[in-house]
Amino acid sequence: MTEKGALSQERPFAGVSVLDFTWGVAGPLTTKYLADYGATVVRVESPSRPCGLRVSPPFKDDVPGVDRAGYFAFYNANKYSLSLDMNHPASLEFAARLVAWADVVAESYSPGTMERWGLGYESLQKIKPDIIMLRSSSQGQDGPHASFSAFGIPLVGLAGFSHFTGWPDGGCLPLPSAYTDLISPRFAAAAVVSALDYRRRTGRGQCLDCSQFEAGVHFLATAMLDYTHNGRQGGRQGNSHPYACPHGVFRCSGEDNWCAIAVFDERQWAALCQVCNPEWREDVRFSRLLDRRRNEKDLKRLIEEWTVVRTAGEVMERLQAVGVPSGAVANARDLREDPQLKHRGYFWTLEHPVLGAFPHAGQAAIMSETPARPRSAAPCLGEHTEFVCTQLLGMTDTEFLELFQAGVFG
Amino acid sequence: MSTAASAGSPGCKGAEVAGDRAIIMLRGAAGKRDSRDILMEHEPAAKWLLDEYRGLDLTDERGMLCGRMLAGLGAQVTKVEPPGGDQARSIGPFYEDIPHPERSLFWFAWNADKRGITLDIETRDGRDLLRRLAGNADFLLESFDPGYLDDLGLGYSDLRRVNPQLVMTSITAFGQTGPYAAYETSDITLMGMGGYLYMIGEPDRPPLRIGCDQAYLHASGEAAVATVIALYHRSATGQGQHVDVSAQASLVTSTVNAIPFWELNGVVLERSGEYRAGLTAARQRQMWESSDGYVIFYFAGGAFGARANVALAQWLESEGLADDFVRSIEWENFDMALATQEVEDHLEKLVGVLFKRYMTDQLYQEAIRRGLTLCPVSRPADIVKDPQLRARGYWVPVEHDELGRALEQPGPVVRSLAIPDGCRRAPRIGEHNTQVYQGELSLNAEEMLILKQSGVI
Repeated sequence: MTEKGALSQERPFAGVSVLDFTWGVAGPLTTKYLADYGATVVRVESPSRPCGLRVSPPFKDDVPGVDRAGYFAFYNANKYSLSLDMNHPASLEFAARLVAWADVVAESYSPGTMERWGLGYESLQKIKPDIIMLRSSSQGQDGPHASFSAFGIPLVGLAGFSHFTGWPDGGCLPLPSAYTDLISPRFAAAAVVSALDYRRRTGRGQCLDCSQFEAGVHFLATAMLDYTHNGRQGGRQGNSHPYACPHGVFRCSGEDNWCAIAVFDERQWAALCQVCNPEWREDVRFSRLLDRRRNEKDLKRLIEEWTVVRTAGEVMERLQAVGVPSGAVANARDLREDPQLKHRGYFWTLEHPVLGAFPHAGQAAIMSETPARPRSAAPCLGEHTEFVCTQLLGMTDTEFLELFQAGVFG
Repeated sequence: MSTAASAGSPGCKGAEVAGDRAIIMLRGAAGKRDSRDILMEHEPAAKWLLDEYRGLDLTDERGMLCGRMLAGLGAQVTKVEPPGGDQARSIGPFYEDIPHPERSLFWFAWNADKRGITLDIETRDGRDLLRRLAGNADFLLESFDPGYLDDLGLGYSDLRRVNPQLVMTSITAFGQTGPYAAYETSDITLMGMGGYLYMIGEPDRPPLRIGCDQAYLHASGEAAVATVIALYHRSATGQGQHVDVSAQASLVTSTVNAIPFWELNGVVLERSGEYRAGLTAARQRQMWESSDGYVIFYFAGGAFGARANVALAQWLESEGLADDFVRSIEWENFDMALATQEVEDHLEKLVGVLFKRYMTDQLYQEAIRRGLTLCPVSRPADIVKDPQLRARGYWVPVEHDELGRALEQPGPVVRSLAIPDGCRRAPRIGEHNTQVYQGELSLNAEEMLILKQSGVI
């Protein structure tokens, strides 16, 4: 897998070494950009306390196992896995060799954990003065709540998303994932790549401190400003929109099939009527935007009478044909069949030693000269321990065996 | 303006970079002058991560966060608006609820740190000026419908002839080509087609959106990462390129374990309201009522969860809520990821009683003290006064001279000595026209006057 040279022209990070102590979603999703664009990313994993995604469902054949977890595999293509017991007395000396090899050290433990292992930023700098360290955490490296490791699921509440999610007649709702875990990687990865560029120009490394909470709030910036300057607290609005009308998700034929429809202007409204029922345009309840807003409930009922006898795909296509924003609501099965995602080659189906042919997440951007490429399936835990020691660190087989027998790799 | 967070964060403390202390002291007294202007005078060497780079930002509301992120890392980003102002200026909310192109809080949020010029690229003179600007730029960001710039002779194939090293990033709903490329979209339709919407909400009601637009923020974030990757590649090879970002694909990346569940177990994860399906073997409540609001709490699986679950069991005990069932579990070694529905349901009842005894903020304080995986459901009012964000200086005052005051806005998400900790206000319409057209493209005053009167700039 270390095919440098020939391909390096189209792999921006060829020759970049990343020591990856992250776990969960936010950290590994950040280092995924580096791996997918050609860096050598080595995940350092503890066999006794494996990454949370390795112990979360779904598992192959419903049988739990660290190498059977699809959630882990989805986000970790193109990476190596080294197993390491950080509590072993010889682990620090070994980790120091890894740091000396690395250009970037990424971690997402609770603040203070790396320091306890002797791998704080100052220590890394002593080993490698121009090291770039990414510290991804729930709430940042300092401040009164820094050491509170809440994970991304409750952070959805702390950062404000649940306050804005729900039906007006119901309670606040959680989101179906640790949503802030999906936001902070964009900020973190942009900073790490920029830091590599900066190092190339200046010779200087640095420490980057990324808070998931802060990244999450950034995605609600306009709502925050609306409160600060207009005192508007906002809240649960279902699927309605501040001014677009009709705006919602409509039931279609079949089981749990839906199509989202959003009408923002006069032209789109006329087009919707043309397809569904031209009489709506003349109906006093709906002819003007303010009327539609007042009578949105009636309008939605009429639209649903039209959608419920059609498939979501047909509703979308008929409305798209006249330029009305509409989209069939996709579940996982639909995404796997989605023609647009296929067109972009979004999913990377790679042969995983345990899972078999498995679709790994690809990249949302396609770069004309240096496209991200799938090279290898997500690693099994510790799959590359020997490779990392002998090939990347240049240890002799004897040295490796000594460490192995001493139990450094757990 | 707090500078303590980025420079002095204990987790990022390392060898002091020469000159930083003096620079930090300058910032507080900088007044209306931006710290960066002063820094440029005092330290000509690279100071910020991206201060080598200059970019043009032609995006509308679909892509403005991308340029905001790059500008926040120190790049010089120039927003190019049609004469009269970008349509995104008409998007609310507005400062003091007064709709006006110079009062859009939406505009302020996503265009801070940028310069602003006006240009009608649909005119012949405008196209020529854009080509000249692109000739001097390192990157160009745009979010027009696919084909629009090509029709104007300003597509990537045209601009690369002017500047082979240019990185051009296009942000659209589905990408530049493909069966959906020409589709009309909005936030809710994209959230639907990206797979996230399907899973939000209650089982017996329609899929539900997050009440604030999200789809294009994900796309813009992806675009920012891809743009800096392209710049990094260019700095080694001199090669420019075109970056084609799909908002739909950026959302699919956010569907966590949904695809794996379908692929491995043939299970479609469905909406489960206050519960979460698929995270653990059994359905588990995530949203809980406190005595005055809501909190999110969950039993985490694996060794990491065990620690927090021990703490919860102790809390139940001290509240007199632990029963024989709770005591029968050996919490240190119990993996909630594998717990049965019976266990979940039993615990849910007890925990529900516990949480209703306290107010949201009390629960959060207890969670911090005891190490529980619990957070409050914050309202904007709570977030604005959150002590953690305050201590880290997350909210930065952004001077708006035209409003006669400073507005607090979110500052940088990533902190480092090489990332500015302040933020400059978004540009007014055509604010930097003279600086750019006369200063950088060397148009003379008479030419400027002609182009202005004819509506080109």
